[in-house]
Amino acid sequence: MRLSLFITCYNDALFPQTGKAVVRVLERLGHTVEFRPAQTCCGQMHWNTGYLRESLPILRHFVHVFADAETIVVPSSSCVAMMRDHYTKAAQMDNDPALAREVELLLPRVFEFSELLVRRLRVEDVGARFTHKVAYHPSCHSARSLHLDEIPLHLLRRVRGLDLVPLANSQECCGFGGTFAIKNADVSSAMLADKVRCVLNSGTEVLTAVDNSCLMHIHGSLHRQRTHVRAVHLAEILACSEDESALAADQHFTFASSELPR
Amino acid sequence: MKRETQPGQQNQHWNRRDFPEAARQALAAQPAADSPFEHSQTRRNVRHATDVIQAKRNAVTAELHEWQALRRAGAAIRAHTLEHLDHYLLEFEANYTRRGGRVHWASDAAEARRLVLEILAPHAPREVIKVKTMTSEEIGLNACLEDHGIRPIETDLAELIVQLGHDRPSHFVAPALHISRGQVRDLFARAMRQPNLTDSPDDLVAAARGYLRQKFLTTPVAISGANFLLADTGGVCIVESEGNGRMCLTLPDVLISIVGIEKVLPRFQDLEVFLQTLPRSATGERMNPYNSIWSGTPTGDGPREFHVILLDNGRSPILADEESRQTLRCIRCAACLNACPVYHQTGGHAYESVYAGPIGAILTPQLHSMHAAQSLPYASSLCGACYEVCPVEINIPEVLIHLRSQVVQQQQSTLTGSLGLWNLAMQSAAFLMRDSHRLPAAVHLAQRLQSALVSRNGFIEWLPGPLSGWTKTRDLPALPAESFRDWWQRTRSANSPSSPGAHPNPESSTEQRHD
Ligand code: SF4
Repeated sequence: MRLSLFITCYNDALFPQTGKAVVRVLERLGHTVEFRPAQTCCGQMHWNTGYLRESLPILRHFVHVFADAETIVVPSSSCVAMMRDHYTKAAQMDNDPALAREVELLLPRVFEFSELLVRRLRVEDVGARFTHKVAYHPSCHSARSLHLDEIPLHLLRRVRGLDLVPLANSQECCGFGGTFAIKNADVSSAMLADKVRCVLNSGTEVLTAVDNSCLMHIHGSLHRQRTHVRAVHLAEILACSEDESALAADQHFTFASSELPR
Repeated sequence: MKRETQPGQQNQHWNRRDFPEAARQALAAQPAADSPFEHSQTRRNVRHATDVIQAKRNAVTAELHEWQALRRAGAAIRAHTLEHLDHYLLEFEANYTRRGGRVHWASDAAEARRLVLEILAPHAPREVIKVKTMTSEEIGLNACLEDHGIRPIETDLAELIVQLGHDRPSHFVAPALHISRGQVRDLFARAMRQPNLTDSPDDLVAAARGYLRQKFLTTPVAISGANFLLADTGGVCIVESEGNGRMCLTLPDVLISIVGIEKVLPRFQDLEVFLQTLPRSATGERMNPYNSIWSGTPTGDGPREFHVILLDNGRSPILADEESRQTLRCIRCAACLNACPVYHQTGGHAYESVYAGPIGAILTPQLHSMHAAQSLPYASSLCGACYEVCPVEINIPEVLIHLRSQVVQQQQSTLTGSLGLWNLAMQSAAFLMRDSHRLPAAVHLAQRLQSALVSRNGFIEWLPGPLSGWTKTRDLPALPAESFRDWWQRTRSANSPSSPGAHPNPESSTEQRHD
């Protein structure tokens, strides 16, 4: 299948290793991945902060860039949630029936990465090997908006050598919430402290999720506290295969480039 | 009649601090001057109590296989009612009046307070007993009564605790949820002059009962709210757990119920949905121990005068706004508070509002015009836990975003707002993000400029201005030298410039095919 990667703006700049991992997994499964360099952002930050008018040209650009893409894969559940939950309303708000029609045609072709694997490509075993303790954090949008439910866990259970450990209160928000983490920094930090306590109590070595935004937030505290728990996007775990030497060569595979997966 | 309290005055004390500031103080557990309970134990109390209610709620909703259907039915009934609110309110008035009650219409808090005083005047009571009522909090009734020499006595156990402690409710189903049993003991021992009181639940309840029974038997007037008004029967429905409410509703001669106009239901039969969803959502009970429905004033039974004050107080404009009308579906179960991770941290007082938690964050700014509560729509991480539990499917995150957009528009309409840091930052970001050349250029610039901020460990540990809120507790990864886009450009696009990446990476294995 021909898959068009929407990397998302913050993954592009901050977590290129996640994009590389997505490409690696999908190509290993025999698919063709394309990347449209004209892509920018889905408009989520502006929309969620109340800058609806400002987010319109951004989402219009997204729709324009991907209008003729066959299937779009996004390694971020919150960006997919932005599209599914708000694009239709945004098009109506803009009083643009043509845009509304394009959105309607586009949305069924947009998939979050793990959702694409399990629901669209019908694969759970992607041939990965990762010999670490891993805890899964179901990010709010992946759980409550996309209803991914057990999908990421199905994928993780098929990874060779992986020891999946339970995370207490896993469904509770980590306190990121985009600009919330800045505007309400104290509450956000208190929420994060609860989350980090659960992560540390789980005894895991690696925390994973389908959103780098939440992982960056949680890891921000783990790193500040000088713990050795790492945060790794699900795609990066799935990209690890028997031949892991290739990964070691990749300087930016994990958040802390000096600590590479075994 | 004595001096009337100024309109709006009653609400003023709720809007003193912005949410981030009030939340910071709640988290830092600094004692607030006006509350004896605002110390470090508060957070533990709130967390413990909400966890207990949440667990019960989850258990009794999971056992109903038709739970989602009940939520949908509840949402549909409430939405339909709001579409035809004028019709159902008039129907209620006609049926209720026919049975001997009297309906009064109050457009705002001041009018509602004046109506209460007018109804009370001929009876000249020195005390009135009250059943827990949020509308009374909303109109600032207690302060108004005290100004007129009438002592309001709360009979709901939790409200009584709050009243005796000169505190404020922090949760509209469990108003004293932030107060522990030991703290209640100290309070009762002082207020009821029982220095030897223990903190066993039996002793505390017995003390409260002794205090309240006396009041029930001797006070001629009661003031209540209501959970539902029934249009087809002219009934007023109140559900509760203690039975104190029922005493208030049956023993006095005069009963005044202050009810928001949105509380009407078309038919008695609609209770079949809400008497299942409300108790399960509110207290985790399958049914409330006391479900009371009053219609009119039959001879020889109950109050001889029964007044309903229908309170608008800012509801009509919400009704007119299609986007946020769903706010008025609320049946005040407080499930969204118990589920909210922000409320867990801050408790109710930080919202500086009668209605706390997620519903407060959308209701308060709408009831008291947006200027009064600009920070509340931002008091949420948009995690969606509230929407997930709401028994009438109010999409609270959606309404929050709608209200945020109104805040932004208000700010942009002023010079200081449009030149403010946030607006400038968001405008510049939008300028970059809508263009395929500007965004990568900005990333390149940031890659070069960040070096001053990046520590030797590769992380950013300090940021200036408002961004310092992040780095106070969290490190931020530095931008890697090469973005994904540039990596792709470097490694892939040379092979096939017209369609980058059209060919699978020759290095990658293709051991599995799942086309
Ligand atoms: S918004 Fe929904 S969950 Fe919150 S109090 Fe109202 S009905 Fe209950």
